[in-house]
Amino acid sequence: MTKNIGKLSATAFTQLVLALFTLISMFPIVLIIINAFKSRDGIFDNPMALPTSETFSLVGFHKVLDKSPFLHFFENSLIVTVGSLVLILLFAAMAAWALSEYKFKGSRWLAVYLAFGIMVPIRLGTVSILQLAVQFNLVNTLTILVLVYVAQGLPLAIMILSEFMQQIPKELKEAARCDGVGEFKIFFQIILPLIRPAVATVAVFTMVPIWNDLWFPLILAPGEETQTVTLGVQQFIGQYVTDWNAVLASLSLAVAPVLLMYIFASRQLIRGITAGAVK
Amino acid sequence: MAQVSLKNLKKSYDGKQDVLASINLEIDDGEFVVLVGPSGCGKSTLLRMLSGLEEITSGDLVIDNVRCNDLAPAKRGIAMVFQSYALYPHMNVYKNMAFGLKIHGAGKEEIDRRIKHAAGILKIDHLLHRLPRELSGGQRQRVAIGRAIVREPKLFLFDEPLSNLDAALRVQTRLEIAKLHRDLKATIVYVTHDQVEAMTLGDKIVVMHDGHIQQAGTPLELYQQPANLFVAGFIGSPKMNLIEGVVADAGASGVSVTLAGGQVLRTEVDGSSLKAGDRVTVGIRSEHLWENSNGSEQFTGTVNLVEHLGEANFLYITLSNGQDVVVRGDGEREVAIGDTVSLSAPAASFHVFNHDGKALRRLKPGNMVAAKRVA
Repeated sequence: MTKNIGKLSATAFTQLVLALFTLISMFPIVLIIINAFKSRDGIFDNPMALPTSETFSLVGFHKVLDKSPFLHFFENSLIVTVGSLVLILLFAAMAAWALSEYKFKGSRWLAVYLAFGIMVPIRLGTVSILQLAVQFNLVNTLTILVLVYVAQGLPLAIMILSEFMQQIPKELKEAARCDGVGEFKIFFQIILPLIRPAVATVAVFTMVPIWNDLWFPLILAPGEETQTVTLGVQQFIGQYVTDWNAVLASLSLAVAPVLLMYIFASRQLIRGITAGAVK
Repeated sequence: MAQVSLKNLKKSYDGKQDVLASINLEIDDGEFVVLVGPSGCGKSTLLRMLSGLEEITSGDLVIDNVRCNDLAPAKRGIAMVFQSYALYPHMNVYKNMAFGLKIHGAGKEEIDRRIKHAAGILKIDHLLHRLPRELSGGQRQRVAIGRAIVREPKLFLFDEPLSNLDAALRVQTRLEIAKLHRDLKATIVYVTHDQVEAMTLGDKIVVMHDGHIQQAGTPLELYQQPANLFVAGFIGSPKMNLIEGVVADAGASGVSVTLAGGQVLRTEVDGSSLKAGDRVTVGIRSEHLWENSNGSEQFTGTVNLVEHLGEANFLYITLSNGQDVVVRGDGEREVAIGDTVSLSAPAASFHVFNHDGKALRRLKPGNMVAAKRVA
């Protein structure tokens, strides 16, 4: 009996800690969203209050969507994020497959070299990257952002994916080879479907920092045409006056795609797909 | 359907020690060949070399007069069934079987016809639209076999296909594989470590040990005329009793062996290569040691342990000269631990191995158990 109570209180404690943590991490997001729907006076009178019929206002969204090129920023962000994501996932999966499946001369050194990319923050190379971008005439283009993000995302993605690929039973590939399936078909039709959960995990991990990044857009593509959402939000923040309605509304909007992506991917994360492959 | 021949096949990793040393084997069209041996003997490696998944270091692999050493697995006309089934987990049964065919560009109707045919043989028609994870172990095994059948290969390769099944299912599937072989008239190479599977399925059994073929022959040949001590110990359950001795007198019509206690045993083997004083090992199977006095050679001993199987029991006995033996006794006779029993065996039932472990030819192999019944 006492044992049960002990167990129960331990569970309760765990839940309490988790709940507290959730509260802390959710607080700023909730704060942003509730204030995005309030008038300026509403925000400053009581930032914690929910929007009431008096304070409710969509003026922030109005400003963001109608009076600024916000949709264009959004489009830029989407292009950069999706483009980088697709390239990272494709190349990382292929590299991971090559490193885990084929043993060739120098494959170990190549793996070490790629792992090195995880340890060295890419921002240390910002100056050189900018110089390169200038030389190749890529400043103020979305291409340079995609290139940088692909370089930034690849090492970790390769590591996670090759970890998963090593878990795919050897017999599956051998069965496919006995069936006369070519190596490319093995990769695209057998290996990739099997590591879908891993790909989803990597996609989420890779996407969030890219979407939220301010550093590289600020340095490499600050032009009006190529601004991303995070950079675009800055225009509402002035040295003397900040348009809080617009800032909060645009931030709320910026959260949406990440949230959608997460909901979509998390269903994949949960699925254990290899069940039934081998005994 | 194919004729396969292995000539001086060798496998070594990094040019170091040979994993397989000079394997020579002929497989006839429609033959069911079982590779059997303890783990690590190289039998799976040999199978994988046949399949093309493992490179052949040297020697020739010839399938239907075509040297296949450097051909890709699919080009050799083989199909392999894996121990772990290796079904594609994200494809249903139908797609699993169709995948290889589609790659080879077979037409839709042809694929459908072959799959329906194979499914009919294996009785998996009702499972075609299920995913592998929704199948039981036995069903998965059938699908794996079906995937091999639809490719209509020249040569089927089975890599311990029954080891993941439970005992009852294993017996049943074993029968089905035997039937399949008869119906398809297929050439099959089958790897197992289980000697019962080997004995029941094989037209020809190849016993392997340490990368060498110890003996290849029909199940009865291996049982009655094992070529050496390893085969003698490996085929038959329980293991053959082995007794050390010294040759007292040897000739083409028989060998007399002096055992530890001084007893002289007469055996009916061709001893023309032996001379008096040579050290030999005498082998006798547990079922050839009888708890009666009908045989010509007599022993007495004390029972240490009894295992009851129902139709028979295994008596673990220490003979009067200190030698431990196993005797297959009448299951319905009550024997207690500590009992003294007298045993006998006919002179023709003994195997004799020279000091290199090579067997001497038995003069009258076979029919020992029948002799017991008559007596």
